Amino acid sequence: MEASRDDFIIAIRSAFLKKGNQQRFSLGVLIFFSLLFLVLGKINFAPIDFLKISIREIVYRSSFIVSVPENYIKKTYQTINNHFTFYKDYNQVKSEIEKIKSKNTADNFLIEENKRLKKIIGDYLVEKEEVVAKVIIDKNSPFLRSIIINKGSKNNIKLGMAVLDRNYLVGKVVEVNYLTSRILLLSDLNSKIPVSIEPGGYQSILSGTGKDNGTIQYLKENYPVEDGSIIYTSGSGGIFKAGMPIGKIEISKTNKEMNVNFFSDFSQLRFLKIISFKKEAK
Amino acid sequence: MDKFTKASIFNSLLRYAPILLLFISVLNEFDFNYLELKYFSFNFPFILIFYWSLKQSEALGYGLVFIAGLFNDVVTGFPIGVSSFAYLLICVFSAYLKNITLRPSIVKDWIFFAVTILVVNSLMYSILVLFFSLHLDYNDLLVNLLFTFFLYFIFANIFEIYKKLVFGSSNV
Repeated sequence: MEASRDDFIIAIRSAFLKKGNQQRFSLGVLIFFSLLFLVLGKINFAPIDFLKISIREIVYRSSFIVSVPENYIKKTYQTINNHFTFYKDYNQVKSEIEKIKSKNTADNFLIEENKRLKKIIGDYLVEKEEVVAKVIIDKNSPFLRSIIINKGSKNNIKLGMAVLDRNYLVGKVVEVNYLTSRILLLSDLNSKIPVSIEPGGYQSILSGTGKDNGTIQYLKENYPVEDGSIIYTSGSGGIFKAGMPIGKIEISKTNKEMNVNFFSDFSQLRFLKIISFKKEAK
Repeated sequence: MDKFTKASIFNSLLRYAPILLLFISVLNEFDFNYLELKYFSFNFPFILIFYWSLKQSEALGYGLVFIAGLFNDVVTGFPIGVSSFAYLLICVFSAYLKNITLRPSIVKDWIFFAVTILVVNSLMYSILVLFFSLHLDYNDLLVNLLFTFFLYFIFANIFEIYKKLVFGSSNV
């Protein structure tokens, strides 16, 4: 009994401390270093932040190059898929265009009226800065939903800026390096955005699910939210401008949960608008 | 002479293929997510590190595994050091298995691999949830674990063939 315990300790000690052939470091030393990195990273120790930024600059660029073959396969796969649905999509788009054309004229009047009223109450925000960026890494990790763009602090990207795909909000900037930045997508589990549900103007929080959709949180059950209601940014907290479209509500038939289908397809993001807002000067 | 040099470069490339593959996989994170299969994801670096540090530890330098972990943290957006910690723990488990094994068999390795990834993932995600307050979907984590476990058997057989071709049939 005593001997088998000794064998176990010897095997464990050997696994941690013994250096194999051509190994410069023992595992114990390296594990200590990785834990040290974690602790120092947690307390925002400046040299670790500097190390992080340097590694990011190298890794994002290398990752873009290494991903070229996989991206080619991915693109080919998507092109083939698109060809199969081409005729169906064409008919759908044609009928939608007809509907939009007729709605557009009435909407223009409402937009102008809304602008005028918002200016009166001093809540009219205009775009302060707009940067167009290319997506260089869009790995759909099962645990984190984020993408990397090719613009950083050199191009005046700042933390918290809104990220749009056409006019649809897709996320916000959560990490800025010199030449690159990371965008946290709205579908990430850690993303929480104040939103407004129309019609009705109900205020709520949109949370990511870690999948391709979002979910509405902190809304009392007695609010009559309908299937197909549209989600816009509410502008609460002053992070984003109010009224940026995000997605459509789909109420689950089984558990009555309010899921949000985003207008933008997060797996197809190529070029994005990164914007910040300011109040219009009077 | 020229022919000899070319052959030796090619040989070196073949011998360093596991570490090259590890760096490509952490930078590229190839997991077939673009197929949009709802319940499919696996952790290729776990399989690769476990197999090669068990069977041919010279093919993977521990220092390089540590750096690959740092790269993986940057690509996935995890706190820096957490993947290095997980990868090195896998090396510890495989080094332990190597020390205690007298008669190696792929099925025993496979079962030990299951224990390894369970412990390593539990530790890794406990750190992420408790110290860094990250929200995680545990269903995804379970699916990832299961596929990593099942695919180990397939990849281990492929690596075994490669090992015999490049390194010969020595070692554990």
